[in-house]
Amino acid sequence: MTLMKVEKLTKNFGGLSAVSGVDLTLKNKELVGLIGPNGAGKTTLFNLLTGVYSPSEGSIDLVQDGTTVSLIGKRTDQIAELGVARTFQNIRLFKNLTVLDNVRIGLHNKYGVNTFSSLLRTPGFYRAEEKMTEEAMKLLEVFALDEKADYLAKNLPYGDQRRLEIVRALATDPKILFLDEPAAGMNPRESVELTQLIRQIQKEFDLSVVLIEHDMSVVMNVCERIYVLEHGRLLAHGTPEEIRANKEVVRAYLGGE
Amino acid sequence: MRMLNKTNIGWLALFLLVFALIQGAVLVGWIDAFYEIALVTILINVILAVGLNLIIGYSGQFSLGHAGFMAIGAYAAGIVTKQIPNYGGLLVGMLSGMVIAGLVALIVGIPTLRLKGDYLAIATLGVAEIIRVAILNMGGLTNGAAGLSGIPYLSTWFIAFLAAVFVIILIANYTRSSVGRATISVREDDIAAESLGINTTRYKTVAFVLGAVTASLAGSLHATYFSVISPDQFTFMRSIDILIIVVFGGIGSLTGSVIAAAVLGVLNVFLQPFGSLRMILYALALIFIMIFKPSGLLGTKELQLSKWFNRKKKQTQRQPVKQKEAAR
Repeated sequence: MTLMKVEKLTKNFGGLSAVSGVDLTLKNKELVGLIGPNGAGKTTLFNLLTGVYSPSEGSIDLVQDGTTVSLIGKRTDQIAELGVARTFQNIRLFKNLTVLDNVRIGLHNKYGVNTFSSLLRTPGFYRAEEKMTEEAMKLLEVFALDEKADYLAKNLPYGDQRRLEIVRALATDPKILFLDEPAAGMNPRESVELTQLIRQIQKEFDLSVVLIEHDMSVVMNVCERIYVLEHGRLLAHGTPEEIRANKEVVRAYLGGE
Repeated sequence: MRMLNKTNIGWLALFLLVFALIQGAVLVGWIDAFYEIALVTILINVILAVGLNLIIGYSGQFSLGHAGFMAIGAYAAGIVTKQIPNYGGLLVGMLSGMVIAGLVALIVGIPTLRLKGDYLAIATLGVAEIIRVAILNMGGLTNGAAGLSGIPYLSTWFIAFLAAVFVIILIANYTRSSVGRATISVREDDIAAESLGINTTRYKTVAFVLGAVTASLAGSLHATYFSVISPDQFTFMRSIDILIIVVFGGIGSLTGSVIAAAVLGVLNVFLQPFGSLRMILYALALIFIMIFKPSGLLGTKELQLSKWFNRKKKQTQRQPVKQKEAAR
C-alpha cells in the first residue's frame, strides 16, 4: 500500500535548483535509504517533505485511511500532525529541558489539555499529565533512556542525544519517520547498534522509515530500497544489490569519466 | 482531591505566611503610609514582571510593549470606577481592561509575533506607543495629556496582594503544564517544536495575550491605588523598568521576578535620602549585578516546593535501581 507519493518535486533557490523533478513513492512499513554525495539535495528533500520549505513545483501526497491528502501549502506542524516525524542532521533537542520533558513535548498534541485547564489545573489536567509521563517513560524504556529521564538533554552523551531525538519524534505517533544522518559522528560499534535500533523501531512502531546516511554499512544493511540523488536529480533507484552494481552511482561517489 | 496535595498546601502556607508577616508589620506600625506605597508598587511590579517573564523568559519573544497594556488596564479601571465608585465598578473596570488588553494583544500579536528578536522588540514598542498616543487623543473619555484624576481609592495593599498571588499561581500553573512545555519548546528551538506538531504561532500568541492581560490587571491596580493616571506614566521607560526587573531576577525564573521586584523596590526606598544621586546608585547596583551575575539573581532556577517534598520519596525510589545494578 502506498503511503506517500511524490511527483516532479522541484525546489529552486534563486538560480540554483537544489532539488529538481524528483519522483518518489513510499509504501507501508518500508525502510528506504536516501544517499548521494554532499550537496546532492538530500536534506533539502527532507525539508520539502516535512514542510520546512515549500516546493517550487511538484506534488506531495500522503495517503491516510484510503484518502489522499496533499501536503503542499501545509505548515510543518500540520504535516507533523498528519503523521510525518523527523530528526535533524545537527541535533535539535530542547537542550535546557529534561529528557522526560523533551519526550512529553512530542506527546503534547495527543494528550495535552487546553490553556484554560492548564491555568486552573482542573482534574483533567492532572490526568493528562500522569498519562503523558507514563507514555513518555514507556517510550524511554524501549530505548534504555528511562534512568536518565531527569537529566538535562544537553548533558547526555552524543549517542544518547541522537537516540533521544528519535524517541521524541516517535512520541508524535508517526506513520513515516525521516532520519537525517542518524549515524553521523558515531563509531562503528554505535553504528551497528543503531542499525538494530532502526529495525526494532520499524517493527515495534509499525511505521515507514526513510533515512539519509553516508555510512554505507548502515544503509546497505538496513534499507530495502535506496534512492540515489546527485545535483538535485534522482540518479538511481533500486535494491541495495542493484545500487551497488550501478555504474552511475559508483561514478557519482568515486568520480570517473 | 488532587488539588489538595502536599505541594499546593505548602504553597498556600507560604502565601499565608507572607501575608501574615505584612499584615503584622502593618498592625505594629512598621509599614506606615509611605512604606505602603512602596509595598503596593512592589506588588504591582511583581504582576508586571511575572507576566513579562512569561513572554520573554518562557516563549522567548522579546516584547517592549508592556507599559501599553498596563495603560489599557489603568484607563479602563479609571474610567469605569469614576462612574461606578464601588468594588463592583473596580471588578468591572479590571475585567473590561483585561478583555480589551487581551484583544489588542491578539490583534497585534498574530502579525508581529512572526518577527524575531530585535524586530519584534521594535514592533511591540510601536504598539505601546500607538496605545499611548490613542489614549492622548481620545478627548473627554481619557482627558488627553492631563490624564484622569480623582479616581476613587478602591485598591488596597490587600487587593494588590491577592491579585499578585492570583497572577503568580496562574502563570506558574501555565508554565508547569503541557501547554507551558510547548511554549518553552518554541523558545528552545522553534524548528524542532514545529517538527513535533507544535503550532508555534499559537503558543507565542497565547503567552503574549496572557502577559498583556496580567499587565492590564496591574494597570487597574495602579489607577485605583494612586488615583491619578496620565499617559506619560506609561511610556517606553515604564516598559524598560519592567524589563529590568525580569532581567535582574533571571529570564525564565518566576521566583526571580518576584524577588527582583521586591529587592529593587526596597532598594528604591533606601535610596530615597540620596536625592538626585538615587538613580545613579540604582544604575550602579544594576551594573554590579549584571557583571557578577549576568544570568540574573536566580538564572532559570525556581523555588519548587514539590522538589522539597519529593526529595525523600525519590531517594527511596532510586535505591532498588542501584541494588539491581549491583546484582548484575
